Amino acid sequence: MTKNIMIVGVGGQGTLLTSRILGGVMENAGYKVKVSEVHGMAQRGGSVVTFVRYGDSVAEPIVEEGQADVLIAFERLEALRYAHFLKKDGVLIVNDWRIDPISVVMGAQKYPEKIIEKLERKHTVYKINGMEEALRLGNSRVFNNVVLGMAARHMDFSLQEWLDVIEKTVPAKTVEINTKAFMAGYEH
Amino acid sequence: MKEKKMMLGNAAIARGVWEAGVKVSSAYPGTPSTEISEELVKYPDVYAEWAPNEKVATEVAIGASISGVRSFATMKMVGLNVAADPLYSFSYAGVTGGMVMVVADDPGLYSSQNEQDTRMVCRAAMVPCLEPSDSQEAKDYIKYAYEISEKFDTPVIVRTTTRLAHSQCEVTLEDRVVPDDKVYERNIAKNVMMPAMAKGRHLIVEKRMKDLAEYANTAPFNTIEKGDMTIDGKRIGFITDGIPYQYVKEVCPNASILKLGMCNPLPRKMIEDFAASVDVLYIFEELEPVIEEQVRSWGISCIGKEIFTIQGEYSANMIRERVLKMDLDLDEAPQIPPRPPILCPGCPHRATFSVLKKLRIHAAGDIGCYTLGALAPLSAVDTTICMGSSISSLHGMEKAKGFDYIKNWVAVIGDSTFLHTGVNSLINLFYNQSHGTVLILDNRTTGMTGHQDHPATGKTLSGEIVPAVDFKKLCEGIGIEHVREEDPFDVDALTKAVKEEVNREALSVIIVKAPCALLKGQQHPYVVEPLADKCVHCGACLQPGCPALTKKEDGSIAIDATMCNGCGLCMSMCKVGALQKVKR
Repeated sequence: MTKNIMIVGVGGQGTLLTSRILGGVMENAGYKVKVSEVHGMAQRGGSVVTFVRYGDSVAEPIVEEGQADVLIAFERLEALRYAHFLKKDGVLIVNDWRIDPISVVMGAQKYPEKIIEKLERKHTVYKINGMEEALRLGNSRVFNNVVLGMAARHMDFSLQEWLDVIEKTVPAKTVEINTKAFMAGYEH
Repeated sequence: MKEKKMMLGNAAIARGVWEAGVKVSSAYPGTPSTEISEELVKYPDVYAEWAPNEKVATEVAIGASISGVRSFATMKMVGLNVAADPLYSFSYAGVTGGMVMVVADDPGLYSSQNEQDTRMVCRAAMVPCLEPSDSQEAKDYIKYAYEISEKFDTPVIVRTTTRLAHSQCEVTLEDRVVPDDKVYERNIAKNVMMPAMAKGRHLIVEKRMKDLAEYANTAPFNTIEKGDMTIDGKRIGFITDGIPYQYVKEVCPNASILKLGMCNPLPRKMIEDFAASVDVLYIFEELEPVIEEQVRSWGISCIGKEIFTIQGEYSANMIRERVLKMDLDLDEAPQIPPRPPILCPGCPHRATFSVLKKLRIHAAGDIGCYTLGALAPLSAVDTTICMGSSISSLHGMEKAKGFDYIKNWVAVIGDSTFLHTGVNSLINLFYNQSHGTVLILDNRTTGMTGHQDHPATGKTLSGEIVPAVDFKKLCEGIGIEHVREEDPFDVDALTKAVKEEVNREALSVIIVKAPCALLKGQQHPYVVEPLADKCVHCGACLQPGCPALTKKEDGSIAIDATMCNGCGLCMSMCKVGALQKVKR
């Protein structure tokens, strides 16, 4: 059985780091893993998506519409954009945070209202304001590990498995704050 | 037991190059090929460099091959157009030490200006083309490529795609094996491509491709998986290559599959036998019908582009819907505001484009982050074709329409792109008496591909500090009289400079110099905050389109302190002093 995870967000939010932590946890647990990332132009503030698939064997490296078991969204509008990738019984973890796309900044379009309420009608949704927690810890950049911590509660790996990989994956100087961030989400 | 490691396709390629005993590598960055060189330079005993462009990189690898060592060059597919000249003729000459190029295609256009298919170039240039389908194969095929290169006396192209280059899976590591250097012997019939010699070499190349096609029938990377899958009682089979193979395996693991690890030349006998063993044959290849057209030309009936697309990436769902006729009951994608890529907060290009927009000046654009200046709200860039074209196309406009026509035009080109192929265009403007204005947007790095050094940064791929090309001296050395440097964030000074130069009836260059906001140390120690009591809700600060700013319901401004870089461009737009800098 292959499990499918997606991480979506805005270019620059650090989806790559999160997908690498996820891939590391699954690899350590003995699964075959494929991770598919986005580099280049799309990283410049655009909508980005990375895929992590694991199981006894994995063929394609991407997750397709209707196939995601877990969708981790680092921004509300991006959660809405990719929610149709979820399986009917998939779980959505959303960072309760708003970043306006340029058309909204310029007033040409409106940022949709009540996104999370809308998504809750159709999906199992867990939300957290990772940015608020990260700022409390003193570094906005670690918000993604807060969100990952919450997502970890809904996946089949032990706390220690996550912490081991975080320690190996993030820069040495930031292990402590990243671990704290992860725990803030995990215990939320 | 051999060590295994999760690796990006590009990292696995670099590992393969190292294991194959390559001694010299040259490349120009281009998504999705860039990480290959960045990974390769970490290994010992291999010289790896950034060249100013792909033609130069390919010629460096050719020279290393002629001298007798294994050599390597890598680029994205449009870079191969720049390198086409050496490729087509080196194909005739053949190698001394093995020579392999990795060329990365971009189906789906994640980060490119077109969607061309390198397999077509390989056919035209008469070079073999290998195509891996995951990171492990990426490493293995590099080593096959060097064997083929030396055995068949040919450069070899390994074609990858964005999806392969940027996907990770487990790879088994092996040791580096360095073959003995080949002995160089003077042989002008092989190494000097003048008409008399090239005639002879053309015949040799034709024979080489026939020999390779024969070899392909039994080569280890062309494989048949016998299956028993049927649809409506008919046995179905797929011929596929590269990443699309993974989609076939995902959906139809029990179908018969002919996986082509080499897509040029094709193994005709193997394909004919495979086609005869199934009732319905699908050709599942991304981009152009390269395999399909050849298979059809042999009188074999198959299904391909009539149900699969030419444009874009393939998927497993494409097979579910179009081959298995499954109703996937998928939800529609929601109709919500799109989020295209944009210039980052603090980007110096935003300041430059704000000036051009205010002056209503059109920009002939080029390839880089600044191509995004074409989009609203900046809407400053009018054209983008290829690397270097901004400068030469501005010249063409003037020759067509005269100086008055281009008085409200400039060419904009990045520092790395200028050194790639812009400088020769600039020489043409000087030589043929153009009066245009060229803005070199010098952000001290190759930005779009993720910050690679180039000849004007003063640093090499391996991190060595070297003398840097000086743009001002370079332009003056050409003979251009009017060359000046400006800071884009000094909006008034840049405005004055652009006005003066476009109206001057002479060729001029403005070097617009400020480091990329994402380079280390470029975040300012302060952020900008709005002063609600002074704000008159005019929206002037929003004009440059900085994503850190938003307009609130009441028309006042909010600034996201986690995004603001502190560049102060919004402050220079505000006429009423309603924005202030505060310590971070």
